[in-house]
Amino acid sequence: MEKREIKIALTGNPNVGKTTLFNALTGSRQHVGNWPGVTVEKKSGRVSYKEYDIEVIDLPGTYSLTAYSMDEIVARDFIIEEKPDVVIQVVDASNLERNLYLTTQLMELGSEILIVLNMCDIAEERGDRIYIEKMQELLATPIIKTVATQKKGICDLLDKVIAQKEVEQHHGHEIGYGSEIEDKILEIEKALSEDENRDKRYPLRWVSIRLLEGDSNVKRKISDSPVYGRVMEIIDSIDQEEYEAEIADKRYLAINTIFPQMCTRANDTLTKSDMIDRVLTNKYLGIPIFLALMWGAFELTFAFATPFMNMIDIASTWFADYVSSSLQPEWLASLVGQGIIGGVGAVLVFVPNIFILFFLLSLLEGSGYLARAAFIMDKLMYKIGMHGKSFIPMLMGFGCNVPAIMAARSIEDEKDRLITILIVPFVSCGARLPIYVLFAGTFFGRQAGTVIFAMYVLGIVIAIISAKLLRGTIVKGKPAPFIMELPPYRFPTLKTSIIHMWDNGFMYIKKAGSIILVGVVVIWVMASFPWGVEYGSEESYVGSLGHAVEPLLKPLGFDWKISVALIFGLVAKEIVVASMGVLYGSGDSSEALSERLLADPGITALSSLSLMAFSLLYMPCVATVGVIKKETGSWKWTMFAIVYGVAVAWITAFVIYQGGTLLGY
Amino acid sequence: MLDIQETTLDTLKPGEKARITKVRVKGAARRKLFDMGMVAGADIELVRNAPLGDPMDYRIKGYHLSIRKEEASQIFINRL
Repeated sequence: MEKREIKIALTGNPNVGKTTLFNALTGSRQHVGNWPGVTVEKKSGRVSYKEYDIEVIDLPGTYSLTAYSMDEIVARDFIIEEKPDVVIQVVDASNLERNLYLTTQLMELGSEILIVLNMCDIAEERGDRIYIEKMQELLATPIIKTVATQKKGICDLLDKVIAQKEVEQHHGHEIGYGSEIEDKILEIEKALSEDENRDKRYPLRWVSIRLLEGDSNVKRKISDSPVYGRVMEIIDSIDQEEYEAEIADKRYLAINTIFPQMCTRANDTLTKSDMIDRVLTNKYLGIPIFLALMWGAFELTFAFATPFMNMIDIASTWFADYVSSSLQPEWLASLVGQGIIGGVGAVLVFVPNIFILFFLLSLLEGSGYLARAAFIMDKLMYKIGMHGKSFIPMLMGFGCNVPAIMAARSIEDEKDRLITILIVPFVSCGARLPIYVLFAGTFFGRQAGTVIFAMYVLGIVIAIISAKLLRGTIVKGKPAPFIMELPPYRFPTLKTSIIHMWDNGFMYIKKAGSIILVGVVVIWVMASFPWGVEYGSEESYVGSLGHAVEPLLKPLGFDWKISVALIFGLVAKEIVVASMGVLYGSGDSSEALSERLLADPGITALSSLSLMAFSLLYMPCVATVGVIKKETGSWKWTMFAIVYGVAVAWITAFVIYQGGTLLGY
Repeated sequence: MLDIQETTLDTLKPGEKARITKVRVKGAARRKLFDMGMVAGADIELVRNAPLGDPMDYRIKGYHLSIRKEEASQIFINRL
């Protein structure tokens, strides 16, 4: 029997349990991608129920649909243009008033709404009473109380969805904005309706209200219309800021009139969450606890990731050797073995790191602490021209730049986000450590620890200077205002965190993977041709390239061998060490390599310092480049990140080497 | 009678309550503040400052909202 199709959209404020409900509805049948043209994540899934095939689309969590952020535009365009059969709004019962604000906007869009009341237990525990029958009547929408993770609640919900789809009821629930504004709405509606070719999916009243509120996105949508000029005349005649305030006032007023009839709220008692906040955001304890938690998260990441990283390393090395020795012809064996498997393996080593960082990030987010981290760090970040929300991505950068750049998605403001993405590569990731360990260990003996620490500090200083520089030049303006909910603390759900981890981990493998593959093949070709030379030797193309760029790098104290190692390091920075091993013919033994480095007059303590600084800064590795491209959606910014990085690295290394030489080192 | 005296939101001390009279913030932040419930007539309480002094943690409409002093100084209130 042919199944009948239903399309439903999930919407709601952030932190109301929307994702948990989505996971409970669709289980593993999910698809994660992006909305066309933007980097807002799109999640959809399917569920078969009775004789229906139901498609569930998880819209981004938003407080409103007023086009403050890309998320809000994506959500409302979907509702208007795709016309889902039912829009389910997940509502936090312990925070009804603000949640209902979104409801008023959904109603204006003319969508079929069904409300899922979540977190009722928290509201009840606090002493709130919600009269669901009354609420249903006042809002003229079906309301279901669910505990999202229970099967029974899900079946009830799906039954209601089907019932609502079949009934096709239309609620004429509208908010009145007072005679002055209503007159203007009518005027604009009338003008708009004269355009026969207008996009009829957009309700006239909604478009008119949006225009009165100064919505530039909607303005752009009608800018081709022949009536545009007339509409603009009406809009220019009003005090738009006043109207904006008045319209928001009226929405909350409408909520306030019905609210006391459907809910009695207990007096503001101190909740558990408030008590936790008394400690975690305490004037004296807040920062030490924050630092301890971050440190703990890193320890955990490395403790858990290291065995897996070793396993991947061993497995890919073994596999590469196996393929090299068993495949024919020889060039193919070399390409697949040394090039693809070796190169991809070197990048895959970081996958455990990325997975664990995302898992911990999701736990922090689900618990509500992530918002506090931004709250605690905002003042410091603001001073360097950044937003409090940029702190966590930058911190993650110490583990791996790739998830760090992906985590910058939580930053709403485009400029804040762009700056974060551009400066994260200067944060010294785990892959750069082996380079420091080799050179600092070889040339600085007992001062090695200090030198390594200095490299981390250098990265942070360059990141801060770059942020300031970008703010003053090409990404002008102040950081966006900090307007953020501090949600109640909750126990994060394990299932949600695990799904989050998989989604993001696989996104890294899939998207960055294609660029990594291209990168490693290019490097392999350069190291193996002209055919017959020893891999990566002086006679190969990469050797020639090393010689070619030597004059450019000479002022930094690098010879052609170091130049070659740096070119290899583009795949993943720790490869610099391995390729030094190849170039010095020392095999895998780091002691042998140390000895040969010391014996080489071409490399001194000073030039090794310059080299460490250069490797830290010179250019993001291919995986990071891939993710910068994906997250900015722009080759221009990706190229900028590369060129800017190389320039900064060159200048820094030049100052170190030439300065040191002048001082007589 | 209450002693009504108009001042700005950033002058509130932890634990003090007030009613919003006017939002003078400009630009995109203005609409965002409205969306979050910072409208004239709403009751608001300062819960605490962040450990470094800024931003602030306010309670409004039964939830916690954090904004910087900079925006708070453009929101007018009557102390309650």
